[in-house]
Amino acid sequence: MTAVAAFGRLETELRAKRDAGRKLLVPYITGGYPGWQAAIRACAANGADAVEIGIPFSDPVMDGPVIQQASQFALEQGVTPTSILDEVPGLDVDIPLAVMTYYNLVHHPGPTRFADQLKRAGISAAILPDLPLEESGPWCEAADAAGIETIMLAAPTAPDERLPRVTARCRGFVYSVGLLGVTGERESLAATATALAARLKRITDTPVLVGVGVSNAEQAYQATRVADGVIQGASVVRRLMDSGPDAVGEYVAEVRAAIDAP
Amino acid sequence: MTALDDTPATLTAPPDATGRFGEFGGRFVPETLVPACQELEAAFDEAWVDPGFRAELTRVHTQYSGRPSIMTECHNLGAQLGIRLILKREDLNHTGSHKINNVIGQALLAKRMGKKRIVADTGAGQHGVASATAAALMGLECKVYMGAVDVARQELNVFRMKLLGAEVEAVHSGSRTLKDAVNEAMRHWVANVADTHFCLGSVVGPHPYPYMVRQFQSVIGDEAHRQIAEMTGGLPDVVVACVGGGSNAMGIFSGFVDESSTRLVGVEPAGGAAIGRGVPGVVHGMRSNLMQDEVGQVEEAVSISAGLDYPGVGPEHSYLASIGRAEYPSVTDDEVVEGFQLLSQTEGIIPALECAHGVAWIKREAPKMQGQTVLMNLSGRGDKDVAQMMDILAGRL
Ligand SMILES: Cc1ncc(COP(=O)(O)O)c(C=O)c1O
Repeated sequence: MTAVAAFGRLETELRAKRDAGRKLLVPYITGGYPGWQAAIRACAANGADAVEIGIPFSDPVMDGPVIQQASQFALEQGVTPTSILDEVPGLDVDIPLAVMTYYNLVHHPGPTRFADQLKRAGISAAILPDLPLEESGPWCEAADAAGIETIMLAAPTAPDERLPRVTARCRGFVYSVGLLGVTGERESLAATATALAARLKRITDTPVLVGVGVSNAEQAYQATRVADGVIQGASVVRRLMDSGPDAVGEYVAEVRAAIDAP
Repeated sequence: MTALDDTPATLTAPPDATGRFGEFGGRFVPETLVPACQELEAAFDEAWVDPGFRAELTRVHTQYSGRPSIMTECHNLGAQLGIRLILKREDLNHTGSHKINNVIGQALLAKRMGKKRIVADTGAGQHGVASATAAALMGLECKVYMGAVDVARQELNVFRMKLLGAEVEAVHSGSRTLKDAVNEAMRHWVANVADTHFCLGSVVGPHPYPYMVRQFQSVIGDEAHRQIAEMTGGLPDVVVACVGGGSNAMGIFSGFVDESSTRLVGVEPAGGAAIGRGVPGVVHGMRSNLMQDEVGQVEEAVSISAGLDYPGVGPEHSYLASIGRAEYPSVTDDEVVEGFQLLSQTEGIIPALECAHGVAWIKREAPKMQGQTVLMNLSGRGDKDVAQMMDILAGRL
């Protein structure tokens, strides 16, 4: 395919790995939470294919208690988008990095300034969970211009007519929302997780990763029987908060082993 | 101000197709909620032009909440201040505030959409009580999120909600006030969107809420426009209302916004002055004025009044401010405490602390309004605030 050059770094790498038969693993780490840099290095060293760095926002409506607490704690330490992005070049990991944050932190400096700031920090992609397709125009334009890949969320509530419009605007990977609800660990993988991933796989060639409510290695294994990969959020952040970066590395290795199983 | 030239012929027009009043509004919600917002928009548009729905709404207003609400001329306070002061008595509605107007509308709509449950945010607890009441009346389940700080200062309303059969959940995140109650109600809605209607309490949130809630509250302005003509033979010079999210203000403004000779004044608390101190931002699904720090983190409002303790404001207010049609001054907590006592002692009407903001502004500005007719929306009664005021005024009475 000649279109490869059109993909950004994240999508290029994820497609290549997926096409080589590898299942994809993207852990989430709350930026600014003590030990976050070491946690990202631990993810990279233990089989993560990319890392999502959360930039804490005061009102994270898509996040459950664990990520809310980590965000609030980081904010209380005086963390800002700039203080996090300034540290990114020094992370020195060889996997692509995405940020996840809420739209007001983009709107405040303006989409162009924010996209340029991400670019300068060496970030490949961005996820803005409160920016749906209809409102995404100004951001996508700025992101495209700066070469930042915009990862869109696809939700279980989307009718068939809507999904192709979401995936068409998606760069990097498609974030397939695993359940009706906010981030956090659940007892079992919701049936909606694989159902939506299957619907998405039928309509797009972009890698499809399930996130929100994929809570352990077993659930990651189940999700990747249908999806190309998983995003692990609350289960990773809880380990960072309870036990520190080494525990994150061990957990990522455990999930890696699980999804690599035939 | 030239912007008025570009505005639509009537300022009561609906927002544009993206849910915007000028540059304000929109629908900034997680993807999961987009279909629900679209469904609600369609259901409301259909219901609003359905004579059957409107007749039912009017029936509940007249037979249950006690509409039309009366107008009271304040002869004592008016004489003292040198103005003609008239109150629109939303405090006399069933449940004690204007919040019931919106809730009756949304509960009827929820039933029409086949929803089984409503989830609500509340600050002062007035919207929570109204939601619990409408749910009891219409056979819906009701869950109310309320900041832990507000649970403590509005104890009476918490008990009322429980008595009415609602489940009340205290919110311990963030500033533990209205902003966080809205966050938590939105999170609940994301998880339960199939059978639950989000009964938002003000002209805030994603489209269609700011427009829909304004329409449900426009009954205040429609009545007041007619009533003031009967009382005075004309229009008021000034219309005053307090502004938290801005629903009681939009309700009464909507009756006068096309009357260019009438000044519209929305009074914000000094510690929650979204228009006075905020800049445009995006939170709770809307682009509107928002108190935020230098990077865009939302600031915590600090107000004596739980109902106005909110760092944002409805997008239509941002729009009216941007075109110069309405003005949004603020008053301090101390002025509010004084206003609360002033209306009680001169007129025998104990106002909600929210409305005491309007009284405080009128008292301060009266020297510049001598001889004018001032109409204030008395959006709620003060019973809920009496315990809090007992602490504040301890030993002073
Ligand atoms: C009596 C009263 N007035 C005003 C408000 C503020 O809301 P809004 O600005 O939407 O009218 C409240 C909110 O609880 C209230 O109880």
